[in-house]
Amino acid sequence: MNELLKFEQDQIASLGKKFPDFKAGDSIVVTLNVKEGDKERKQKFAGVCIARRNRGIGSTFRVRKQSFGFYVERLFALYSPSVVDIEVQKVGVVRRAKLYYLRDREGKGVKIREKVNN
Amino acid sequence: MKAGLMFEKLGMTQCIDGEKMVPVTVLKVLKSKVLFHKTQEKHGYDAVVFGYGELTKENALKKLTKPLYIQMKKLGENYYTSMKEVRVDDGAFAPVGSDLDLSVFDGISVVDIEGISKGKGFAGVMKKYNFGGGRATHGNSVSHRAHGSTGGRQDPGRVFKNKKMAGHMGDERKTLQNIKVFSVDKERGLLLVRGSVTGSRGNLVFVRSAKKCR
Repeated sequence: MNELLKFEQDQIASLGKKFPDFKAGDSIVVTLNVKEGDKERKQKFAGVCIARRNRGIGSTFRVRKQSFGFYVERLFALYSPSVVDIEVQKVGVVRRAKLYYLRDREGKGVKIREKVNN
Repeated sequence: MKAGLMFEKLGMTQCIDGEKMVPVTVLKVLKSKVLFHKTQEKHGYDAVVFGYGELTKENALKKLTKPLYIQMKKLGENYYTSMKEVRVDDGAFAPVGSDLDLSVFDGISVVDIEGISKGKGFAGVMKKYNFGGGRATHGNSVSHRAHGSTGGRQDPGRVFKNKKMAGHMGDERKTLQNIKVFSVDKERGLLLVRGSVTGSRGNLVFVRSAKKCR
């Protein structure tokens, strides 16, 4: 198994991608490459990261945001070629790793306390 | 071009193919050496026989059966856990004593993979043959996962052969045909193929150039 892990690690290193540390509860902006026909453009998806799943090169994270009054949740593969950049805007204070309880809430209920640096 | 080698299945991961993530299985090549040739005149077909999984002499005495041990002793100074043969196109023999590595797969993009599937133990018909089973409710009595009828009455008075019934499932030799090669890492001795491969991690699998690929 070790050799497989090593292979995966090298794969990740060869991608040359550097993302900031972020965790569930953080407000992040994901920059995506979107292909429309022959044209390529950048799209941004801003929201709260509600879960991270660490599986080497198959790692994913979920982002939830409100869009035109509806809550939208999207799952991204961390090392997917279409994920260009991730930016952390707010560091949230949460007490669990998966914030699936946010799905049952809206309005004030989805607020997450921001971490204050002192 | 015909080629074949033994590999160890390391496991599965994902790789990036252009804009997509694709599932791949990582196989590690086993060190192998050509032991002897089988020829048209003597055996009726051309093939290269290679040994894989090198053993020390002490281990060889312990692990090999005596006939195999003596055969290996006659063939050269090295001992191997087992032998495998690969057919070759007319006359294209790899010389006896030469080491085989991943370069035999140069130019091959589709392979067949033989391996031993994971054992499932004594399995019922629902798991083994995808039978429907019985009803969960409405007065069903102890036959929720049963196979139903197995045949007629006095005529024919027996159950036909090959009737699908519960029994041992898995742990048998399976061949997957036309598996695409994703990439070859000669430096590390890794072969990456698209999708899954029979058997559990650590199992040995035989990979050869595809027989039926056009």
